[in-house]
Amino acid sequence: MRKYLSLLLALCLCALSLFGCAPASENSITVYNWEDYINPEVIDLFEEETGIQVNYVRFTTNEEMYIKLEKGGASYDVAFPSDYMIERMIQNDMLLPLDHEKLPNFTNNAQWLQDPDYDPDSLYSVPYMWGTVGILYNTTVTGGEIDSWGAMWDEKYKKNVLMMDSVRDSLGVTLCYLGYDLNTRDEAQLEEAKQKLIEQKESGVLLAYGVDEIKDKLVGGEAALGLVWSGDALTSMALNEDLAYCVPKEGSNVWVDGMVIPATAKNVEGAHLFIDFMMRPEIAAMNSEYIGYSTPNEAALEILGPEYTEDPTFNPPQDVLDRCTFFHDVSDAAKMYNDIWIEITAN
Amino acid sequence: MKTKGFAAPYVVWMLLFTIAPILLVLCYAFTDSSGQFTLQNFQSFLDPIYIGVLFRSIGMALLCTLICLLVGYPAAYFLANRSFDKKGVLILLFIIPMWMNFLLRTYAWLTLLESGGLIATLVNWVLRLFGAKEEVRLLYSYQAVLMGMVYNYLPFMVLPLYTVLSKMDARIVEAAEDLGANRLQVFLRVTLPLSLPGVFSGVTMVFMPAVTTFVISRLLGGAQFKLFGDLIEQQFLFTGDWNFGSAMSLVMMALLLISMGLMNRFGDKEGGGVF
Repeated sequence: MRKYLSLLLALCLCALSLFGCAPASENSITVYNWEDYINPEVIDLFEEETGIQVNYVRFTTNEEMYIKLEKGGASYDVAFPSDYMIERMIQNDMLLPLDHEKLPNFTNNAQWLQDPDYDPDSLYSVPYMWGTVGILYNTTVTGGEIDSWGAMWDEKYKKNVLMMDSVRDSLGVTLCYLGYDLNTRDEAQLEEAKQKLIEQKESGVLLAYGVDEIKDKLVGGEAALGLVWSGDALTSMALNEDLAYCVPKEGSNVWVDGMVIPATAKNVEGAHLFIDFMMRPEIAAMNSEYIGYSTPNEAALEILGPEYTEDPTFNPPQDVLDRCTFFHDVSDAAKMYNDIWIEITAN
Repeated sequence: MKTKGFAAPYVVWMLLFTIAPILLVLCYAFTDSSGQFTLQNFQSFLDPIYIGVLFRSIGMALLCTLICLLVGYPAAYFLANRSFDKKGVLILLFIIPMWMNFLLRTYAWLTLLESGGLIATLVNWVLRLFGAKEEVRLLYSYQAVLMGMVYNYLPFMVLPLYTVLSKMDARIVEAAEDLGANRLQVFLRVTLPLSLPGVFSGVTMVFMPAVTTFVISRLLGGAQFKLFGDLIEQQFLFTGDWNFGSAMSLVMMALLLISMGLMNRFGDKEGGGVF
């Protein structure tokens, strides 16, 4: 008898947990964001205030997110793609136009991001975070400052360099190093960049390709140089004071991650509420402080204070921004980029 | 047959989750992105890059299987030995790691193999005793990937071998000994031939997951020793070319079918394989 009773209880538990997980469709939204890219408290605050339940799902690269949305299946109400990916999604009719009347906090954003060239007049997206791509390095190994991408090919750093397992970033900075545009569709230039990356691998300088593990390996001292996004650099430097960050003189990438509403969204009203909530000064400041990336929200910057705004990694000076370029969708050349990446990593 | 109905749940399951996906893979493999019939996907596969990765995967899987066999056979032989009474505990120790997800265990290897990690420190200490000057890097190498594969798949070799060896009739061995065979002769002429079905099923169970390995190669090899499984994953998750990804999966399936067929032919001679 006790056996049956415990079995029954176990079944009840299972049933309960099933009901517990099922989203109440009317009053919930599904948010699709990058790994490690929000202050978890913000979600609680939003749920408390609006009564809307948030299902929070994560991705690690733009390409992965794009495929999930394109091939359908799950529907997401808010997603966080980067600039060039927003451009591609607009072209493919995958986004809903935003209703700016429902987004009063939009005006908190910096002027230069209210009308970005990947989405003129911010019809489909609002900025969430922005930053640069650069080299995070260990000063005890390099013995001084680094100012060129050349360091990532320097044979004195044998088995010490980490590159991103992401085609646009790794190939992009190589193009910069060679003096080309990082949005090039020119076959000869791409070929040259490919050879450069193969050389980096064959000369034994490269230790590995990675994404989220790069910062851990640099903090732990497993590698001396790594290609990182500025926010990861800031987080890592706080954990290991030997680390420094630079945006090399040959130029680099400046990027913006936006918030968009996919065309397949089910709760458009809730999505607008969420996006506007994220643009509130105090909320934007909480997120920025937590993840280390720069917020486009000027009212939030005031809350964060000079400790942040005067930090060149968090808030790069104008001369750094002048040598950085946005990524653009390379559309018909995308296959070429993918093939190049397979060739480099498969060898 | 009255018992036919009992299989119904499994038949439905199989239709939904085995047959339907295979048909989908077939459809995708022979069409292009607009749904037209094409053989282009297989043609693009003939690129030396992909063939190279395929051969690397097969080579690595064979090596992994061989190491598992060399390590696993003596272990299974030892476990099956009737005079050893703590074998329950040892078998449990083999199985316990399988209670935890393989990804977590592979992450643990990341920490063990990096410089300053337990294994890396030990290996370098030993090497220094023998006069090595430079520090050896273990993580992000071909050997690290192989290590991860052997570690993950070893139980699949040991368990079938143990089953076969422990079911073997001890009286046959006694008979051989009575007839004057020495221990080596007993092993080579009696135990080994009788355990071959276990060897075949162990080899199949290690080779199949090994040749389709992914993630382990990305984590422990730092994404620079791509295996065939990584390429398929990349086509589905990052490039979005499901047609080409399906064609590659189909090539892999065909390859596995052929190798299983071969194994079965050898297995049959010795009295039945697993499949």
